Order: sequence, then C-alpha cells, then structure tokens
Amino acid sequence: MNRIFQRPASLLDRPTHFCPGCTHGIAHRLIAEAIDELGIRERTIGIPGVGCCVFLYHYFPIDVLEAPHGRAPACATGMKRAQPDKIIFAYQGDGDMAAIGTSEVIHAANRGENVTVFYINNSVYGMTGGQMAPTTLLGQQTTTSPYGRDFKSEGYPIRMAEMLATLEGVCYSTRVALHTPRHVNQARKAVIKALEMQNAEMGFSVVEMLSTCNTNWRVTPLEAIDMIENEMIPYYPLGVFKERTGKDFL
Amino acid sequence: MDRRLTKGNIALAEGAIQAHCRYYFGYPITPQNDIPEYLSRNLPKVGGVFIPAESEIASINMVMGAAASGKRAMTSSSGPGISLMQEALSYMAGSDIPCVVVNIMRSGPGLGGIAPTQGDYSQAVHGGGHGDYHSIVLAPASVQEMFDLTIKAFELADTYRNPAMIIADAMIGQFQEPCRLTPREPVVVPDKPWALTGCKGRAPQLLKSLYLADGEQEAHNLVMKQKYDIIRDREVMYETRHLEDAELMIVAFGTPARIAKTAIENLRARGIRAGLLRPISLFPFPVHQVHDFSIRIKKILVVEMNTGQMLRDVQISAHRDSRIFFYGRPGGGVPYPDDIEAQVVAALEEA
Amino acid sequence: MPYIVIDSERCKGCYFCVKYCPRNVIRESTMHNKTGYFPAEFIHEQEDRCTGCKTCAIMCPDTAIEVFK
Repeated sequence: MNRIFQRPASLLDRPTHFCPGCTHGIAHRLIAEAIDELGIRERTIGIPGVGCCVFLYHYFPIDVLEAPHGRAPACATGMKRAQPDKIIFAYQGDGDMAAIGTSEVIHAANRGENVTVFYINNSVYGMTGGQMAPTTLLGQQTTTSPYGRDFKSEGYPIRMAEMLATLEGVCYSTRVALHTPRHVNQARKAVIKALEMQNAEMGFSVVEMLSTCNTNWRVTPLEAIDMIENEMIPYYPLGVFKERTGKDFL
Repeated sequence: MDRRLTKGNIALAEGAIQAHCRYYFGYPITPQNDIPEYLSRNLPKVGGVFIPAESEIASINMVMGAAASGKRAMTSSSGPGISLMQEALSYMAGSDIPCVVVNIMRSGPGLGGIAPTQGDYSQAVHGGGHGDYHSIVLAPASVQEMFDLTIKAFELADTYRNPAMIIADAMIGQFQEPCRLTPREPVVVPDKPWALTGCKGRAPQLLKSLYLADGEQEAHNLVMKQKYDIIRDREVMYETRHLEDAELMIVAFGTPARIAKTAIENLRARGIRAGLLRPISLFPFPVHQVHDFSIRIKKILVVEMNTGQMLRDVQISAHRDSRIFFYGRPGGGVPYPDDIEAQVVAALEEA
Repeated sequence: MPYIVIDSERCKGCYFCVKYCPRNVIRESTMHNKTGYFPAEFIHEQEDRCTGCKTCAIMCPDTAIEVFK
C-alpha cells in the first residue's frame, strides 16, 4: 500500500489561519506542489502582499519578504534584478493587486519583469472584514456596499488577467478557478507553467485564481462553490489570455 | 589628491557608485535629476541596474527588494516624491532593511518651488512615515560632503540595518566645487547573513514588520530603541568654528551654515565674537554638544531655510538658561551674510 | 484496497470532500474536534468503495487528507 497523496514538502505541517472552506489553502498547496515538482525550493523567494495572503511565511519553508500593501510587484522587481538566478513570486489578493497596487503590477508586467504573480480574486477585502473591492460583482452586498455594488456609483468589476494580457512584457496571463476538482487540476497546471516560464526567463507571468471568501460572502463553503460557478465565472471568464511560446520579445 | 570641478548631485551619484551601490530606482523630479541621469549612464558600466520606475512608491519598493537581497540600493527624489516613499521607509525600518534615500529638498507644502530650502527637516528627522522609528539623517554642506556622506550613509545603513537619508538643498545639489572623487578609506561592504537569497543550505529567512501576538510589537519597538540609542551614542557628526571664545553660537546645517561662516568672519573683523556649530548628522542630533557649548555660550542663533524646524531640537538640547534666537527664510529664500550679521548684533544687544 | 486518512484535528468541516467524493464514502462526523469543527470522516463501513481517486485530497483547503492505494 503506497501513500499516493500527501502534503507537499514545500508546505509546512501546521494549521492555516484561513477560514473553513477558504480556497487560499488550495492555492497554497498548488504553489507548494509546483515548487516541489520543479525542485526550486532552495532558490525560491516569496513576496506576499497585505491581507489574508500575508502569512505566507507561516506555511512555506522558503525565504519571504513582506511587502507593503500592493507593492509586491515592485519589491519583486528589485529582488529579481538583484538576484536573476532566483525564482521570485508575489502572492497578492484582489484588494492588494487590483486596487492599491494596480500601478505596481501594471508596470512590472509592462517591463516584462521575469517574476510570477499569483493573484487571488475573491471579490472582497477578506482580512479587514469583507469591504467592497474593485473586483466586487455588480449587485454584490459587502460591508461597504450594503445596498449592492452599483455601477453608477462604484463602476464595474475589474478584469486583471485580461488587462495584463494586453501588455507586451507579459508572457503568460491566465484565469483559473479553485472550486471543483477539474478546475483545481487546471489551476495546478497553470501554476507550474507560470513558474516554468519564469525559469525559462520568458517574462512576467500572472495566474489569477477565482477563490472563495464564504465568511465575507456570508454563505457556507458549499454555497460559495456555487457562487464561483454561477456568479464569478460568468463575469470573470476562465482561460489563457496570453501565452508566449518562446523568447519572442519585440 | 586629484580634485575635479563637480556638481553636488554628480558627486553624490559618484559617491554611491564608489560605495558599491549597484541598484538605483527612481522617478524624475527637479532639482535632483542629475542623480538618475548620471547613474543611468554609469551604473551599467559597472554591472549595475538602473530602472526608471513608474513612481516614487515603486522606486522605494524596488529598493526594498534589492536591499532585502543583501545588495546596496538607493533612490533619490525631492519633497513630494519623498512623501510618497514614507510608507516603504517605515516598512524598511520595521523590517531592519538598510537603504539610502536622498532628498534634494524643494520648498512646500504641496508642489512648492525648486529654490534652495530646508522645509523637510522635520519629515526626515522626526519620522515622516508611520510608527515608532528613525531614519539616520545626514546633511552635507559642500560638494565634497555630497560624495563623502553618501559613502558614509551606506556604511551607517548597513551597520545598523536601517534606512539612511541624505537631505540637501538645491544649492548644494546644483552648484559646482572642486571635489576629490575617491573614497577617503577603502569601502567595505559587510556580510549580510540576514539577506533573502534562497534557503539553500540554511533555514528559511524572513524580513517582515507585522507583529500581531501579544507583546511582540512592543518587544520589537524596544529592540529598535536600543539600536537608536547606540546610534545616538556613536554616530553624532558635527563641525564647529570659532566656538572657543564665542559670545554667540550660530547653529545651522547645509547652505545656511556656509553663509553663516562668511557672516562670522565679517563679524570677527568688526570685533564681534560669533561662532558656529554645524550638525552634520541630524539624526542623531548633536544634543550633548549643543548643550555643552550652551553652558558657556549663553546666546544661540538658529539659522534655517524654513520657519523653524531644527530650532525645536536646539531648544530641547540647549542649557535651560540659554537665550535662543531664530532667523529663518522659508520657501526658497536664502539668508545673506549681512542678514545673519544683523541678527547676531541684535541678539547680542538684547539684555 | 485504496483508502483515505483524514486528519480530524486539521479538518475545518468545509465538506468539499463530501461534496466531490464520486463514491460518497466521506460524511460529516457527529463528533466535534478540539477546535469545535465537525470534521469530515471516512465511512469505514463502505471503505471498499474508495477508488483512491484523490479528488477529496485535491479539494481539501487544509491538506488534511492523505490517500493510500
């Protein structure tokens, strides 16, 4: 009898701070599995943003730099330029990357910085208690959009993977989801591909992961899975928006 | 020693290269653009990296990433840009990450003007960013010091794992003087075992400033305070002139200190015994030196190109019986020697 | 014969595994763990139905499931 599934070596054996049913935990495991598969743990450095993602260093046995809110792509830029032989990834939520840090991520992507950003989109500010984010869906009630997000006042949810895909410096931009086994398997491949492309020095890679925040969505974990399928994916379509095949820079 | 006519900002930029700084990230703002322009030309020649960043926020965070890798990294800017950097400066102080930040000051508040001014003293010396921290702050008053103090700033930043700032006004940044462009002593970059270089052959390392557990943040703040106390003990830098027999002590830094020297010579020619104490390190401020001189020299004239920012530090430092006068020209106004002389005479005439 | 081991103290009771198990061999426990969650549990009476497909483990946000085959 063989153990055919176990905790990846690059994920520490300790309980997470995430709420029950939060798919941050799945995202963490997928990244750890990719680090194991590529054998890059000892030269990987993680840079979490601020929010639920910040405790990266509790779970990964790798070097970690804690970035200011939204600035992880800029920190990753400085770090990668100083250590081009290392694998540098940022791990940001939507409040971090799609709101306060839009400038940093767009310009890191546009410069084609050879780093990877894992972007967890759960449509709310999680750690601060479920306030409205730029990614909050139209009509979605949050603690700061109690009447539901209204495009007349708050505009439309922002699609980062598509936007970043327009930039020449980006080698890989994709959106995956973490709510079914099939989608998790797709996400796993995307995570590995992004890190492989960084390893091949192909430029900026970003993997957007549609994730649950059932606590702040005020639903059960299982209801949150249905919300990803029925509410998030119709607005945030899954797919690969850009994928370079070689170092075909202009 | 070979000296070359050099612009202040260029001396500073060359000082950074000589200090083995190989990573510069910056955003244009007058009156410091010579620094990024010089480094964009010269860093690639020594295997360095220059990135014209999208903002000052990005610049300082790139500095953070490179510095966390154990490399010497810097940025430069002026008032509004320095304000944008305060968040990351606070993070770096909290995470014990060394860096050098240069502020060639412009007047404010707001967009202000680009004439020589010292309005950012309080921002640099008394925080600027949030939380209980200090930056090491050096204030050059000559082109040579722009070179020498830049090297010193990198040394201090690395020694204490703390941000170091250089603040200078546009006069010092923009004028030219003969300058020796080689270090006084060989530059040594210390080992940085704390750097994030991947965990090959060692335990994973972490640089962070988030402390949530009960008492953790307080303990961290107290460790930082110990560091600042050591800096206060060991790293005070200042210059004096004619204080031996002075009946009045001028305290000034940067450009006003240079002008004060001319005023002091003129006054002495008229038989009026004025002297100068010029703080070179603003944090740590020469608290004890100001105090000790003020025991004998009862009258102090603080001269600044602002409305009285270093004045408060002098007031706190000086002996309680001191009479402290102030002469300030804010917003790009530059004091003339006669103005300072008149202020000295008036101060000495007061009972 | 394939089987799974659920770390009942690590499990937070999201029941993703229960939802997605194609053979319905996982259920909610009636006993809470030390943290107060009612963890998922392997239904041992039906353990011969487990195929070791790893679906439960892949969906577990807390990496609380190991699979043996």
